[in-house]
Amino acid sequence: MGRYFAIRIGRAALTIVLVVTFAFVVLRLSGDPALMILGPEAPPEVIAAFRKAWGLDDPIWFQYLDYFSAIAKGELGRSMRDGRPAIELVLERIPATLALTLPAFFFKVALGVPAGIYAALHRGSAIDRAVMMTAVAGFTVPSFVLALILVLVFAVQLGWLPSGGQDSWRHAILPITTLSLGGAAVLARFTRSAMLEVLGQPYIRTASAKGVPWRMVVTSHALPNAAIPTVTILGFMVGTLIAGAVVVESVFAWPGVGRLLVVAVANRDLAVVQCILLLVAMTMVTSNLIVDFLYGFLDPRLRAKGAHA
Amino acid sequence: MSPLVSIAGLSVAFGGAPVLRGVDLALGKGEAVGLVGESGSGKSVTWLAALGLLPRHAKVSGSVRLDGRELLGAPAAELDRVRGGRIAMIFQDPASALNPVLTIRRQLCEALALHRDLQGEAVKAEAKRLLDLVGIPDAGRRLQAYPHEFSGGQVQRIMIAMALAGNPDLLIADEPTTALDATIQAQILELLSTIRREMSMAMVLISHDLGVVAENCDRVAVMYAGRIVEQAPSNQLFADPVHPYAQGLIGALPPLDGPRRRLTAIPGTVPDPAHMPGGCAFAPRCALAAEPCGLAAPSLALISDDRTVACIRAEASRRALLGIAAE
Repeated sequence: MGRYFAIRIGRAALTIVLVVTFAFVVLRLSGDPALMILGPEAPPEVIAAFRKAWGLDDPIWFQYLDYFSAIAKGELGRSMRDGRPAIELVLERIPATLALTLPAFFFKVALGVPAGIYAALHRGSAIDRAVMMTAVAGFTVPSFVLALILVLVFAVQLGWLPSGGQDSWRHAILPITTLSLGGAAVLARFTRSAMLEVLGQPYIRTASAKGVPWRMVVTSHALPNAAIPTVTILGFMVGTLIAGAVVVESVFAWPGVGRLLVVAVANRDLAVVQCILLLVAMTMVTSNLIVDFLYGFLDPRLRAKGAHA
Repeated sequence: MSPLVSIAGLSVAFGGAPVLRGVDLALGKGEAVGLVGESGSGKSVTWLAALGLLPRHAKVSGSVRLDGRELLGAPAAELDRVRGGRIAMIFQDPASALNPVLTIRRQLCEALALHRDLQGEAVKAEAKRLLDLVGIPDAGRRLQAYPHEFSGGQVQRIMIAMALAGNPDLLIADEPTTALDATIQAQILELLSTIRREMSMAMVLISHDLGVVAENCDRVAVMYAGRIVEQAPSNQLFADPVHPYAQGLIGALPPLDGPRRRLTAIPGTVPDPAHMPGGCAFAPRCALAAEPCGLAAPSLALISDDRTVACIRAEASRRALLGIAAE
């Protein structure tokens, strides 16, 4: 058991290193922060001083090692724009993002899972087809399109809700709705197919054959099995809580981590981008680890494998 | 004596394709009946339909009576009492027949709670007794285990224990040993017949293994393309099969003693349910088929006190067999 999780934790750490390295390389290859932040009109001496001050003249491998040794010491660097510690800039944006993503996560689960279960239990019925059509629509329409449609209908045409900003709870309704609908659609499809798969298994027939009433067959025999694949997708959704709203925050001018990321990338504000990516990689990896632990809890077969691994 | 279960004109169709085409079968209390036939002949479907275990899109008609009460179309609550309580069923692939995420104790106790008025410690004691009965060693501790921690033969024993939990009057064993090794097969069959004797329970043994059926059953029904084509006491059927299909099945068995002979195979294949031939379904593969065979499907007719055959050429078929034996 211990070794099973030691391997998983080692793999998680490696994932984080790879993500951070990738971000480091791509950002440095894609443009000069000095030109982006100071503007093309800045005098050459100013640019040279800026580059020297931020260590941009050093060889890239040196910058890379420097960066990693700083992370090891817990320093995530400073923003090149205003000199504040990157981590501070990011942390102060997190509550705003969670204000959207946490309620959205709740609605995704509350809508998607029951809809998927219901559709599976009434396979082929009109409701099943309606749920699946809605799910395919929610699945395929990109979130920025959905966001714009919602703005057009509820903000522009009907005038019921504001189209952007963060002044009151009413401003959060459209972004949360946009996030919820897409996620609920994914979950509904996933839950439905997981349930259908399980309902076709011989042990479901065994349960019916021994006289278990259908309602109990569903709740105590089918659901615990269908939960296993569904937990995977839920884990993925937990992983996107921090930075899963980049597009939606941009469309609705919501000052969260996602919007900070967009601005920081445009400016090549290296420390801020790297800090956000590190945070995203860590939440993703943590939620994956939690999913692995949950698998062991939900599926006794994996528990046994873990004990022998 | 009134039969325990009587099936009359049972028909099942999946999306317009008939898989059962009028099955008639009666079963006495404590009787062991074998149901044989090739894959797809409708052996399992007969009993899944009788217990209402087929998927919803299956169209079922006819009649299945248990002690005179109709089961087809019975309310769900009544069917739930019959399943496991009066008629229990075990299946071919034990590995996937138990729920992988629930302990054996939970699955056994569920059946006990549903069909027996047992509470608390009594449930656990009875679960342990059942596991002992089917020969699971260290039953008390093994109750906490999950299905994947047992071997295939052990899981089938647990399935049998679960089937016995409701003290059923009839056990349907649907190819209970097909997925098991030969030595385990013999043990499971031995267990089934011991339990059947002790509990004076009736049994239907579904199998495509004629030897298994001959050893364990009083009576055999041969199925072909969704119908019963011959019914007889086991010893008579094996000594003197009348329906050309039954003759073909038995002709394909190697004799254990006596001179070696060439094994005969039945030519052709089972007809596709969507394209059943008019008349007798076996006629296209039958050496004795005559013109009238293609006109109407023959129904089961008595040829002696306890034998029925669905073949208009039964007499010719019997003569042909005796002729071969005389040679």
